[in-house]
Amino acid sequence: MALKRREKDLTFLEKIYIPEIVKGLSLTLKNMFKPKFTMQYPEEKFIPPASYRGRPVLVMEENGVERCVACGLCSRVCPPLAIEVQAAETEREKERYPVKFEINMLRCIFCGLCEEVCPEEAIVMSKDYELAFTNRKDALYGKDKLLTPVMQLQDRIDFLRNYK
Amino acid sequence: MDILQIIIFSIIKILIIVTVILLSVSYLVYFERKISAWAQNRIGPNRVGWAGVLQPFADVLKLLLKEDIVPEAANKPIHTLAPVIALFVAFTTYAVIPFGPNVNIFGFNVPLVVADVNIGILYILALTSLGVYAITLAGWSSGSKYSLLGGIRSSAQMISYEISMGFSVGGVLLLAQSLRPVDIVQAQSGWMWNAILQPIGFITFLVSAFAETNRLPFDLPEAEPELVGGFHTEYSSMKFAAFFLAEYANMFIASALIVTLYLGGWQFPYLDHFGLSAGWFAIISVAAFAVKVAALLFFFIWVRWSIPRFRYDQLMSLGWKLMFPLSLINIVWVAVLIMVFKL
Repeated sequence: MALKRREKDLTFLEKIYIPEIVKGLSLTLKNMFKPKFTMQYPEEKFIPPASYRGRPVLVMEENGVERCVACGLCSRVCPPLAIEVQAAETEREKERYPVKFEINMLRCIFCGLCEEVCPEEAIVMSKDYELAFTNRKDALYGKDKLLTPVMQLQDRIDFLRNYK
Repeated sequence: MDILQIIIFSIIKILIIVTVILLSVSYLVYFERKISAWAQNRIGPNRVGWAGVLQPFADVLKLLLKEDIVPEAANKPIHTLAPVIALFVAFTTYAVIPFGPNVNIFGFNVPLVVADVNIGILYILALTSLGVYAITLAGWSSGSKYSLLGGIRSSAQMISYEISMGFSVGGVLLLAQSLRPVDIVQAQSGWMWNAILQPIGFITFLVSAFAETNRLPFDLPEAEPELVGGFHTEYSSMKFAAFFLAEYANMFIASALIVTLYLGGWQFPYLDHFGLSAGWFAIISVAAFAVKVAALLFFFIWVRWSIPRFRYDQLMSLGWKLMFPLSLINIVWVAVLIMVFKL
């Protein structure tokens, strides 16, 4: 077997292992007394920064109406085809609205393209990361679960205005 | 003491020791996880019971409830026999290690060792070598490439480390002039610990003990990244737990053996000059033994989470080209001690 030469040979002290082993041991010993990073999850939850892409949600204005105008761009751009939008008309000034807006959370890949493409800032990524379902029906998030008051999403909206 | 009393006392001592080993093994698993967590800035198991102290019992319960899978290609009798051998070796080796001085209980003078055999060290060496069979047979009988590789590595590794282990023990035997563990402990009274008198022998024995117990810098028979699980790849449920138990029990025995051979056994230096009553003397001695063993066990776990695994050829060259000559040098050193310093 052709032996490849090292660029730098080990010194005698390194060759007898023991000082290096002591070095390694003291490093781990030091770390045993350092503060812990662990988060006690169900009791203590991680609050993500504004740049975090969690579950996509629809923005609801103060008057209880969604911002969405059902243009369908998000459903069009969605790579895994997770979004389904059906538009309808109302008497209000903003006359188009989605009668049905459904995100299949089993398909969503949290890429954030829907948010990026939205002309109305109506769909944004929230900080919600606790997504667990016991059946496939539960994973279809309709408007009832998606609509979130604008107050709760201000963080993300500010982030988008600054960095998008 | 007549024969009946000896039998009764032996049975009581065996029960106590088996309980202590089982409990300490289950808590070793707990501390293994805790210390690994601390070394990595984590907290470790803390859900079952206060600070996770009931975690070992939850682990055992979980393993008991698992399905026991035996592969099609396995040699079934040997596949079942291997964990039994591992457990047998792990539990019988402790018999000759003294854990305290002679004590007076109800007027009987009881030595705190299960069997005071005059060839105790030979007995330990013989039984720990038997432990190789468990691993090799487990690897061979599983009918899997990874297991077989683990088993083969184990046999090669154990043979090469048994030799330096035997030679380093030779130094201890020369000084104590006896193979009886009780005498070896007596010979190390005061600060005449073998670890201080023959540091080279202590280090070679310690390293060999790591190799013998398959602990991390030398856990090539398991070697998770290369061999899946090594010899226990095809084991599940309680058979897997038996190997696990045996590994930790071996660790306990290796620590107890190192304490007996090199760290003065149960002796607290110069305790007999303090003028304590016999009861306190016995309690402090047993406590000293427990503390020494616990410190060594911590060292075993600490090393596991600090030092990466050796490559196979590095392991062999370390064993044959370094440890073996070093243990020979140690014997010469002990001979010099005896001849020149009249120890």
